[in-house]
Amino acid sequence: MTDFSPALIMLAAALVIALTRGTLRTAVLMIAPVVTLWAVWQIEDGVQASLFFLDYVIEPVEGSPLRRLFATIFAGMALLGGLFAYRTAKWQELAAAYAYSAGAIGVSFAGDLITMFLFWEIMALFSTVIVWCGGTPAARTAGIRYAIMHLSGGVILKVGIEGLAIQTGSVDIRPLLATDFNTWMILAGLLINAAAPPVSAWLADAYPESSATGTVFLSAFTTKTAVLALILLYPGESVLIGIGLYMIMHGIIFALLENDARRILAYSIINQVGFMVCAIGIGTEMALNGAAAHAFAHIIYKALLMMSAGVVLYRTGKSRCTELGGLYRTMPLTCICGIIGALAISSFPLTSGFTTKTLISQAAADQQLLWTYLLLTAASAGVFLHAGIKYPWFVFFQKDSGLRPKDAPWNMGLAMVIAAAVCILLGVFPDLLYPLLPYEMDYHPYKAGKVIFYLQLLLFSGLAFFILLPLMKRTETISLDTDWLWRRLGVSIALGIGRVMGFFGGLLTSQRKNVQGSVKQFTVNYLGQPHTADSEERSIFGRSWQIGTTALWIALLLSAYILVYYR
Amino acid sequence: MTEPDDKLHWLVRPETIKKLWWGGCLLLALTVLAQFVFGFEGYFGIDGWFGFGAVFGFLSCLAMVLFTKGLGYLLKRPENYYDPVDHDD
Repeated sequence: MTDFSPALIMLAAALVIALTRGTLRTAVLMIAPVVTLWAVWQIEDGVQASLFFLDYVIEPVEGSPLRRLFATIFAGMALLGGLFAYRTAKWQELAAAYAYSAGAIGVSFAGDLITMFLFWEIMALFSTVIVWCGGTPAARTAGIRYAIMHLSGGVILKVGIEGLAIQTGSVDIRPLLATDFNTWMILAGLLINAAAPPVSAWLADAYPESSATGTVFLSAFTTKTAVLALILLYPGESVLIGIGLYMIMHGIIFALLENDARRILAYSIINQVGFMVCAIGIGTEMALNGAAAHAFAHIIYKALLMMSAGVVLYRTGKSRCTELGGLYRTMPLTCICGIIGALAISSFPLTSGFTTKTLISQAAADQQLLWTYLLLTAASAGVFLHAGIKYPWFVFFQKDSGLRPKDAPWNMGLAMVIAAAVCILLGVFPDLLYPLLPYEMDYHPYKAGKVIFYLQLLLFSGLAFFILLPLMKRTETISLDTDWLWRRLGVSIALGIGRVMGFFGGLLTSQRKNVQGSVKQFTVNYLGQPHTADSEERSIFGRSWQIGTTALWIALLLSAYILVYYR
Repeated sequence: MTEPDDKLHWLVRPETIKKLWWGGCLLLALTVLAQFVFGFEGYFGIDGWFGFGAVFGFLSCLAMVLFTKGLGYLLKRPENYYDPVDHDD
């Protein structure tokens, strides 16, 4: 029984990591997530703490199986990432990563929308720091775009939360449906973090610009926290089915176009989160179990893939498929771990992907959603194509790039081996995970006919890959994603507006100068008092007139006045 | 490759690659033939057809690769496409 959020442990750890060095810092990096894990499992079901803030009931700690499941994997991922990163990452990156995971754990236990929003913004801030820790000019600009995207998303979320609070008087986290402006704004705010269209490009833009270790942290928290929030707030919101299916296909197509290995993996996050979003849209108990289980498994195998790509980047300084190849010779451990991650993401039997993703397909089949089921199945083939084979093939096999880098340092190797072991463990013994899921279910993934079906599907996708290999020759290019809208079109529009304004500004300036010149000339001509005593050189009204002329004018004016007045 | 075959890593020697192709094809055939033994009734009927997984997997990948190839002509740009340019000129 505990009434404080375990997120506070990770926040405190982040502070200590920032202030200490050497062994003490390493000790905190390793111990804090373990203590957090312990604290996570002390939280019982239901609201554990509440307080009042501006007439609203704030519930910083609310327990449920689903919340504990996500907090467990977030804390576990911090530990794994910490082990992977601690010898090479900057202290800023490590501290930010732990604060970032604190944000994710805080969202997991948030019983109300205000607490959720608070931790949501903590995540946005510290993940931006991790992007910046990439240290390159590209990382700096990508970090700024990332921050703008997430802070804008936060504003949209906040607008929705405030509207809902005023409308209903409650900020409690409860299942909603997108029926009015407020609930749509909350949904949009969540979907921005889930990398849903049309803004999914932020993910593939920012994550690959972070350091070799930073991507491991980034891949775990933001999108999966959004998945948790969607499960809690919008289960069964049918618009999510379409959004999820779009994300699945978008991820595959852009990963196939991509040349940068880490960007391929970034696009496959969009693809995988698409599966979860689609499951939340289906909304049955089986589907929500599938979304939660898939998020759990995905965090581990995606971290494993990012770690293997991170080791390659760390050892070779390269990440483009065109520059890599043949690394299996000298990096067997990284290669094997990368392949295990690739098999898991492709939901190959005996890996965690198979025991979790098939829950989602099962849910679609149970609801008789034929097209959804067929698209999910086609997407499973597509995942094997873009992540399952393409990534390991182009990085570790393909051609001999001539690179002979050393294999992973021991800590990175250990982190990869642990992650790979968990991928296989959950694939062979799915009953380790199933009891932790939010709903009870009677599901057996390993039926002979179904395994054969998936083996056919995946192995023939593999055949397609090798037959179509000439069509997939890597080119040294990038592909335009929706970030073109704000990186090119937006900039062009802004520059265009600037030019139009500049034109009118110039026009105004020249006209003002003309008017000023005329007024000055007029003044000099009629009123001016040049610095000369000679009255002939003065302007008309500036001259001294003879007294007789003045008297004549006065007489004329008075006469005119009398005439007008007495007429 | 100018290196003689015996100096190549065993995995990339032509005879190994030939064996891998044969082994792979055998595996593919086995997964399809296994459906005779372990039937899969499917959820919608159509997905229980003989060899549906194989054909559907292959054709989906073919469609995705061809679509991507087409889209590539439209969307691919040089790597320096977004590099900062001097907007002051």
